[in-house]
Amino acid sequence: MWTWFHQLASPPHFYRLAGIFSPWLFWPSLILMAIGLYGGLVLAPADYQQGDGFRIIYVHVPSAYLSTTIYGVMAVASGIGLIWRIKLAHAVAAGAAPIGASFTAVALVTGMLWGKPMWGTYWEWDPRLTSELILLFIYFGYMSLRASFEDIGKADRASGILAVIGVVNLPIIHYSVIWWSSIHQGPSIKKLGAPSISGDMLWPLLLLIGASTLFFGAMLLYRVQAEVLDREHHSRWVQELLGETPGEG
Amino acid sequence: MNLGRFFMAIVRRELQIAFKHWGDLVSPLMFFVLVTTLFPLALAPRHEVLRNLGPAVLWIAALLATLLSLNALFRADVEDGTMEQLVISPYPLTLAILGKTVAHWLLNGLPLVILAPLMAVTYYLPPQGVSALALTLLLGTPTLSLLGAAGAALTAGVRQTGGLLALLVMPLMLPVLMFGARATSLAGGGEQITGPIYLLGALLLLALSLLPFAAAAAIRVSLD
Repeated sequence: MWTWFHQLASPPHFYRLAGIFSPWLFWPSLILMAIGLYGGLVLAPADYQQGDGFRIIYVHVPSAYLSTTIYGVMAVASGIGLIWRIKLAHAVAAGAAPIGASFTAVALVTGMLWGKPMWGTYWEWDPRLTSELILLFIYFGYMSLRASFEDIGKADRASGILAVIGVVNLPIIHYSVIWWSSIHQGPSIKKLGAPSISGDMLWPLLLLIGASTLFFGAMLLYRVQAEVLDREHHSRWVQELLGETPGEG
Repeated sequence: MNLGRFFMAIVRRELQIAFKHWGDLVSPLMFFVLVTTLFPLALAPRHEVLRNLGPAVLWIAALLATLLSLNALFRADVEDGTMEQLVISPYPLTLAILGKTVAHWLLNGLPLVILAPLMAVTYYLPPQGVSALALTLLLGTPTLSLLGAAGAALTAGVRQTGGLLALLVMPLMLPVLMFGARATSLAGGGEQITGPIYLLGALLLLALSLLPFAAAAAIRVSLD
């Protein structure tokens, strides 16, 4: 198991594996997304209270779910990188951050669009909207800290420490914001036994959550591939890969 | 030299240096007084408006004043090589960082705890509100110093920090601000605030037990 782990951490090996796996994540994610969107936007009945407006959850919920999940991925990768000094893990964290920030932004925008017809206002200082906004700032802080170092090794470790501090803080921020009275929708699918959402509406949502996760996986692999190429651009295998003779570039 | 004496030596050194640079010491406090003076002038100085906004304004001003004093926390030591000596010394770096943070709180947080109630009177806060403000600041500003020290350590090796430090630590300071300001305004309304007080204490203990280690790790990164 450890040899496999070490092999995976070697950049050329990872680059090759990522190249093999990413299409298998990317194309299924697009197909599932198409099915899920058709199910959600066409097949699912309109909500008896919210009308067609509820359909924005098919974009909102997967993005909101991924916004926090990706932060978790980033923090775990940073932790692995800091503890075992694996550069590839830092590359994964660096690749995940902009994707996470994008999903956070999408979750915020869709939440605001939903809020206008439902609450009568684009913005409400609701706990979940607020903590999502703070999460976006934390992503921005992480990316700016990373960008402000010239030495990539320093950038990796400093931003890794920040990611780990952030992961301890996120639940605190989340729950401290929740202790204000909430007007956000209660969770509808967490109660696995008896979901308060009908089956016709539920299956496209679950499908879209799965599809978005696959999509994230594919994007992450592409980004880490690019990150690895950038970091190793002096090494022999990259130059062979790009068809240059060593020493030329 | 045992660890306790090492810690005290660090704190004493920081205080001595700080008292030689009067201006740096006073400017965050002046900033605090100025910001809290601007609000009543920009708003209509009506009693009920100021009484409602007071807790939030005073807490935010305290947070910003803390932030203002953080930029220089480790910079001089990193640039003149003191920090390198501390890293290679046989004493734990975490303890040295904690000593510097404690000194930072004594020089910036504690004066704010004393100044803020004075300013609170000009916001017409009722007596319970004033004492709640002092108590929440007493429990909250050390957490702010610890968070700020971690942020300052992360950016100690960066050339121009500008707004970077604020961007890094402000989101993390949010829970302290929320509990502090809310508890102050609740107390002003005559309500029980033991809950938020305990929470602020819990946050302080959590910050105290984890952040100095993170800050020390970050200093090691900046010195590489």
